[in-house]
Amino acid sequence: MKVRKINKASLVLKILVYGAAGIVFLTLISLLLYVLIKGIPNISARQFAFKYTSDNVSMMPAIINTVIMTFISLVIAVPLGVCSAIYLVEYARRGSKLVEVIRLTTETLSGIPSIVYGLFGYLMFVITCGMGYSMLGGALTLCIMVLPLIMRTTEEALKSVPDMYREGSFGLGAGKLRTIVTIVLPSAVPGILAGVVLAIGRILGETVALIYTAGTVAGIPKNLLGSGRTLSVHMYSLLSEGLHIKEAYASAVILLIVVVLINGLSGAIAKKLAK
Amino acid sequence: MEQVKSGSFDAKSVNRIKEGAAHGLFLLTACVSIVAVLLICVFLFANSIPALREIGAGNFLAGRRWKPSSELYGIFPMILGSVYSTAGAILIGVPLGLLTAVFMAFYCPKKAYKVLKPAVQLLAGIPSVVYGFFGMMVIVPAVKTLFGGSGSSLFTACLLLGIMILPTIINVSETSLRAVPKSYYEGSLALGATHERSIFFVTMPAAKSGIMAGIILGVGRAIGETMAIVMVAGNQAVIPQSLFSGVRTMTSNIVIEMGYATDLHRGALIATAAVLFVFVMIINISFSILSKRAEK
Repeated sequence: MKVRKINKASLVLKILVYGAAGIVFLTLISLLLYVLIKGIPNISARQFAFKYTSDNVSMMPAIINTVIMTFISLVIAVPLGVCSAIYLVEYARRGSKLVEVIRLTTETLSGIPSIVYGLFGYLMFVITCGMGYSMLGGALTLCIMVLPLIMRTTEEALKSVPDMYREGSFGLGAGKLRTIVTIVLPSAVPGILAGVVLAIGRILGETVALIYTAGTVAGIPKNLLGSGRTLSVHMYSLLSEGLHIKEAYASAVILLIVVVLINGLSGAIAKKLAK
Repeated sequence: MEQVKSGSFDAKSVNRIKEGAAHGLFLLTACVSIVAVLLICVFLFANSIPALREIGAGNFLAGRRWKPSSELYGIFPMILGSVYSTAGAILIGVPLGLLTAVFMAFYCPKKAYKVLKPAVQLLAGIPSVVYGFFGMMVIVPAVKTLFGGSGSSLFTACLLLGIMILPTIINVSETSLRAVPKSYYEGSLALGATHERSIFFVTMPAAKSGIMAGIILGVGRAIGETMAIVMVAGNQAVIPQSLFSGVRTMTSNIVIEMGYATDLHRGALIATAAVLFVFVMIINISFSILSKRAEK
């Protein structure tokens, strides 16, 4: 009797496990299928026109803005993140107070919701620095947002470089800086790249932090102090205006495809790392 | 390189300067994150304190009516809205996510794992505006036909947030389940327990603190979510009377009104962000305490 009871409990648990996994993956599949089925028929060549007009809400300017935005944010955030990770791993003494504070603040940064980043960027870059709604203000805000991501992955990558490499380099008479630049960093590149790819994903999906910093102007700005919207913001604007739902479907498909590509890329890098 | 030729003494001092400069540069960049957090605190609090003083902190936090047109700024309904929707998301997301993590760690055939793991990662990478879109187009009408009302409700928000925190819960729980030594599971099997019993009563308790850390991360994500919530929650600035009445969170309060707010109204919205920031800080601190405990 008793044995039977235990088996019954086990059976229930087993059903629960399979049921939960089924629900989760069904949800994912239905989300993907829904966006693709509804979206793909709405994609047309018109939407890739270089000019946005109220008649043709082209997403091409938004795509170009996304690329520009990603590029500027990374140009600022990657050197900052990599250099701080180098300090944490190669220079800082173990258990120093400063390192603890840096870690605490990095953790804090990675937990702050994007709406708070948005308001902060608005108050600091748009108002106080007088940039107005601008690509630069948006990029600077995003840069702070992805900084902890890049720092963490670079740190992991640097830590995984064997100490032997460093000792060998020192033994040959190289200084610390030279060892880091020519020996340690190159071996950590795949790990750093993985962080960069994650950061691209985050920048791509960001909406609310950009609305208050880069604004929602639909065209391509003439310079970095002009306002411009990325693809996610474009999609949100279309949805909140409610007039161009079809185009919103189409931009959802494009966003989804790019996310799949980015995920594939980071998967490939992770595989390379594992080797 | 030229200095190297000019003599060994010069080369040495040049090198020392170079090393020192590099050290300084790295130190400086490392401090950027500290400066960033300080700046965020300063800007957020400096801009919300005047408004808080005018409204009164008590009236602001505990006030039940938010009516900017008649100068009433009480964010209590929004605080409750954030708490309710986050709690609902946890109620939906944690059991599903945890069971799926068990599936991924102990049940999933290797071939299927190769497909399902990237699928979970994909779920994590989908932008929240796409989730919001899906919620608006699919979940809202479904709730409307099933339960009546407008469909944009606390329940819809919980459902969507529950889906959105799934990848966080699954990934963190799976990692901590896998980190439990296999001997625990095997020992339990050897004592006659079934596969399920061993997993749920031996391995899972051992992975408890890691799983908790995952849940807290999920809470952080849910409470800070903005765009997806705005699209499905109905956004009435009142305390929700039932599961199917509309709700407004702190995040959506900011997004909806920031566009046209001025003066005191604007200050009140920034103060809302400051309150949200404090909430998130509390969550973060408990997360780091828990994950430290998990490491031990």
